[in-house]
Amino acid sequence: MTTTSPVEKAGGATATYVDERVGSNKFLSRNLGKVFPDHWSFMLGEIALYSFIVVLLTGVFLTLWFKPSMAEVVYDGSYVPLKGVMMSEAYDSALNISFDVRGGLLLRQMHHWSALIFIAAMAVHMFRVFFTGAFRKPREFNWLIGVGLTTFGLLAGFSGYSLPDDLLSGTGLQIARGIVQAVPVVGTWAAFLLFDGEFPGTEFISRLYGVHILLIPGLILALVTIHLMLVWTQKHTQFPGPGRTNDNVVGYPLLPVYMAKAGGFFFIVFGIIALVGGLVTINPIWIFGPYMPDQVSAGSQPDWYIGFLDGALRVMPNWETIIPGVGWTISWNIFIPALVVPGIIFTVLGLYPFIEAWVTGDKREHNLLDRPRNAPTRTAFGMMAITFYVLLWVGGANDIIAVAFDLSINSIIWFLRFALIIVPPIVFVVTRRTCLSLQRRDREKLLHGYESGRILRLPHGEFIEVHQPLSEKDLAVITAKHDYVPLPAPDKADADGVRNKKYRAQMLRHRLSEFFYGVNVPKPSAAEIEAGQHHAAHDAELEAPLHEYEDDDQIRTFHGGVLHHPGMPETNAEQLEQEHRS
Amino acid sequence: MSDLTPHQGNADDHGKAPAKLGYSPVADIPHKPRATDTDPKAARRAERQVASMFLLSMLFVVLFVVAYVGIDKTTVVYIPVMGEVGASNVALGFTMGMAILLIGTAAIQWAKKLMPDVEVVQQRHDMVSPKKATLEAEANYERGKEESGFARFRLIRRTLIGAMVLFPIPLVVMLRDLWTPTKFTEGESPADLLSTTLWTDGMRIIADGTYQGEDNEVDSGGEIDGEPVPNKDSIAHRPIRPEDLPVGGLIAAIPLDLPEVEHIEHNLNARGKAAIILVRMEPDEIRSQQGDGWDVEGILAYSKICTHVGCPIALYEQRTHHLLCPCHQSTFDLADSGNVVFGPAARRMPQLPIGVDEEGYLVALSDFQEPVGPSFWERG
Repeated sequence: MTTTSPVEKAGGATATYVDERVGSNKFLSRNLGKVFPDHWSFMLGEIALYSFIVVLLTGVFLTLWFKPSMAEVVYDGSYVPLKGVMMSEAYDSALNISFDVRGGLLLRQMHHWSALIFIAAMAVHMFRVFFTGAFRKPREFNWLIGVGLTTFGLLAGFSGYSLPDDLLSGTGLQIARGIVQAVPVVGTWAAFLLFDGEFPGTEFISRLYGVHILLIPGLILALVTIHLMLVWTQKHTQFPGPGRTNDNVVGYPLLPVYMAKAGGFFFIVFGIIALVGGLVTINPIWIFGPYMPDQVSAGSQPDWYIGFLDGALRVMPNWETIIPGVGWTISWNIFIPALVVPGIIFTVLGLYPFIEAWVTGDKREHNLLDRPRNAPTRTAFGMMAITFYVLLWVGGANDIIAVAFDLSINSIIWFLRFALIIVPPIVFVVTRRTCLSLQRRDREKLLHGYESGRILRLPHGEFIEVHQPLSEKDLAVITAKHDYVPLPAPDKADADGVRNKKYRAQMLRHRLSEFFYGVNVPKPSAAEIEAGQHHAAHDAELEAPLHEYEDDDQIRTFHGGVLHHPGMPETNAEQLEQEHRS
Repeated sequence: MSDLTPHQGNADDHGKAPAKLGYSPVADIPHKPRATDTDPKAARRAERQVASMFLLSMLFVVLFVVAYVGIDKTTVVYIPVMGEVGASNVALGFTMGMAILLIGTAAIQWAKKLMPDVEVVQQRHDMVSPKKATLEAEANYERGKEESGFARFRLIRRTLIGAMVLFPIPLVVMLRDLWTPTKFTEGESPADLLSTTLWTDGMRIIADGTYQGEDNEVDSGGEIDGEPVPNKDSIAHRPIRPEDLPVGGLIAAIPLDLPEVEHIEHNLNARGKAAIILVRMEPDEIRSQQGDGWDVEGILAYSKICTHVGCPIALYEQRTHHLLCPCHQSTFDLADSGNVVFGPAARRMPQLPIGVDEEGYLVALSDFQEPVGPSFWERG
C-alpha cells in the first residue's frame, strides 16, 4: 500500500485537526478530483488572476516606501539631474524607490507591468468568453462580475498611474479634473470636493492613495473571489469534442494534473513579470520631472487601457451649449466622450447576456461552448464593438501616428470621426458573411469529407478527387453545432378574435430574433452526414491500396497528380527500358 | 483505460474503481501513450529535467542575494540592445525572474511528462435547486414573515423602511467638508475661484522660474547652503522688457507675485491659473485681438492652460501662429484672438491685456476678462 513519510503523517494529523473543527474533508473529498477541461484559451483568465496576485504582492512592498503626500521637499537622492529640485514628497519617494532602494525599481516596474498585463488579460479573457458564448445561462452573473472587474481594473490602473506625481501623472489628473468639471450641474462642485478646492491642491494624492491601495483592490479581491467560486460551483465550460456533452465535463482532475499545471503557470506568469520588470523600462518617472500645472511634454500618452478614452476626447467635435439667460454651460465636447461613451460601452457590455437571452428566447443551460462561426450575429456584433474600440484607441495615438507616418493630425481626426460611424457596420457585415462561409465549409466537410488535395484516376479512366472522412474529433466538433430557430411571429389576435395586447413588443422581439438567428447554414441531417462520411471513406478505400507503395517522399513529389507507384515507370523511355529488362 | 495512471510505477496507488472518486476516464477518446509512459529511460530523463529546473531555481535565488549585496545601486552597465541600464535592477530582475520561472516550467514539465495525460469525465448537474428544497425555502420564508409580523404591522414596516433610507445620510453629509476653504479662499464660490487669477492692473510679468533656455538646459545657478538659487544671468524670474522677446519668440511667464503667493499658500493652485505665454509677432500679422490694444508692439499674452480639459499648452508654430495642445490637439490661432481652429476645445484661449510700466517692463492691465482653463457649468 502507500508509504507514508513523517511529513505526510503530520499533514494528515493537521487535516484531521482542521476537519474536526470546520469539516474540511467533506469539501476535499468532493473537490480534490474535480475535473477541469483543458484549452489554451482558458489560460487567459488565469493570467489575469496571477498578474493580479503579483500586483497585490508588489504593491504591498511599494507601500513600505511610498509617501502619498504633496508636501514640498527638495530632492537630495542619488539621481543627479534632479538634485536640488523642489518636488512633492510623493515624487521624491517614488524617485527614492527607483534609485535608492535596492530592488525598488524592480518592484515598481513589476507593479506597473503586472497591472498592464492584468487589464490586458481581462480584456482578452472577456473576448474569449464573449465569442464562445460562455456568458450564457447559467453564467450571466459571472459575466457581470467580469465587467465590474474590468471597470475596477481601469480605475485601479489610472489611480496608480496618478500617484507618483510626475509630470505625466499630474497631466493625467488635470485631464481627469477637466472631465469632472464638465459634468452638467454638479461638475464644478464635484471637482472642488474631490480636490479640496482648486487644482492641483495639496490633498488629492493622499486621497487617491486610499482609493488605490484599499478601496479598489478590496473590491477587486471580493469580486475575484465570487468569480472563482462561481466558476467552481458551475464547473468550467468546455469546447465540443469527442465524449463531451452539455451534461459532462471532460478534462484533468484537480489533483495532481490541474494543480500542477495551474500552479506552475502562476510561477511562469510571476517569473515572466519579474524578468520583464528587470529588463524592460516602464514609466521612467525620473525623465518626466516633478509635476507643475504649467508644464507638459509633447507626445503625452496614457497607459494603454485609457487610450480609448483619450482617443474619444480627441475625436469629439468641439460642441458646447450655453443655455441663454442662466448662462449654464454644457460641455458636450468633454462629457460625451469621457463619460457618456464609456458609460454606454460598459452598460451594453454588462447587459449583453440578458439582451441576447431575451432576443433569442434561449433559456437552456449552456456548458458546451459555441464556435464563434456558429453564432454569426453575436460574433459580428463583438467584432463591431472591438472595431469601435480600436478606432478610438487609434485616436488616442493620433499624434504618434502622425509623426511616425508623416500624416496630418487633422486628417487623422477627420478620418476617425467618419470611420467611427462607418467602419463598425462594415465589419459587422463582413464578419457575418465570413462566419456563414465557414459554416458552409463545415457543411461541405460533413457531406463530403475533407478534400485531401489528391486526384485519383480510376481504372476506367475517371478522375476523382479523394475526399477523406473526418477524424472523430473534427466530426464531434462540427456536429456540436445547434441550429436555432427564430422566435415565431406573434398573432394580432387569438383564435377567438381577442386582440393581442403585447403584439408590438412581441413583434419587435420576433424581428430581433429573426435578425439574430435568421442567417444560418443548417447542419445536414444525421443520415446525410453518415452518407457523406461513408462516401468519403469509400474514396479513401479506393486510394488505400496505392498507399501501400508510398512513403513520405513520394507523397510530396507527386502531390496533386496521378499517384505514382515506386518502381513504376514515369516516362515512355523508362517503360520501354523496364519491359526490355524483364 | 480503466486505470487513471497508465505510466509505470505507482499504478496500484489508484487501483480502486475510479467512479468512486467522482469521475471516470473517457473511453472513446483515442489516447496515444507518451514516450514517458512506455520507456522507463524517457521517464527518468523527464524526472532529471524537472529536478534540474528546481535546482537551477535555487541557484538563482543564491545569485539574487549575491547581486543584492554585491552590486552597487548606482552602477550602470552597457548591455547590447538595452543600452545603458542600472546593473542592480537588471541583475535582481533576471535572477528573481529565473528563480520563479523555473519553478513554473518544472511543474508544467512534471505535469505533462510524468502525470497521467488521460482525460477523465465528470457529470454536471443543472444549477437549479431540487423542487423540495425550493418548497422548504418558501415555507421557511412564510414562517419568518408570519412570526415577525412584517405583513401585519404596517406602521413598523413603513417606519423601518424610512429609517433604512435615512440612516446613510450622515455619511453623505460629512462629505461636504471634502473641500474646506482656506483663509485665502474663504467666502468664494467655486465659480468665483475658477474665474479669477493673480493678475491685476500693473502686475509685472516675469519669466517662469522653470523656463528652460534654448540650449535646453535647466537654468540653475547652483546651490548655496544646499538651497538652489536662480542663475543671475538667467532670464528666470526676471521682469521682461519688450526687447527681451524677438519677433517669433515665445516665453512662458508668470505674475511677479506668484513665487511669494506659492510660498505662503504652499500649493500650486495660483500657478495653475495664472501661467501665461508671451508671443511676439509683427504687429501687422495680428488679425484680431480680444480687446483693443491688448498687445505691446506685437507682443501678445495668452493663458497657458487649455480651455478643453486644462493641459498646459506650449507647442507654438511660429509661421502660422498656431498653438497646439499636446494632450488632445486643440489648435488655437494666436494671431486671431486665440480662436479655436481645430480640435475638441470649444473656447478660445483667454488673452491677458498687457502694457508697459514707467520702467519699461511688461505688466498686465487687468485680470483675464474670462475664466481660464476648462469649462464648467456656471461659466456661461
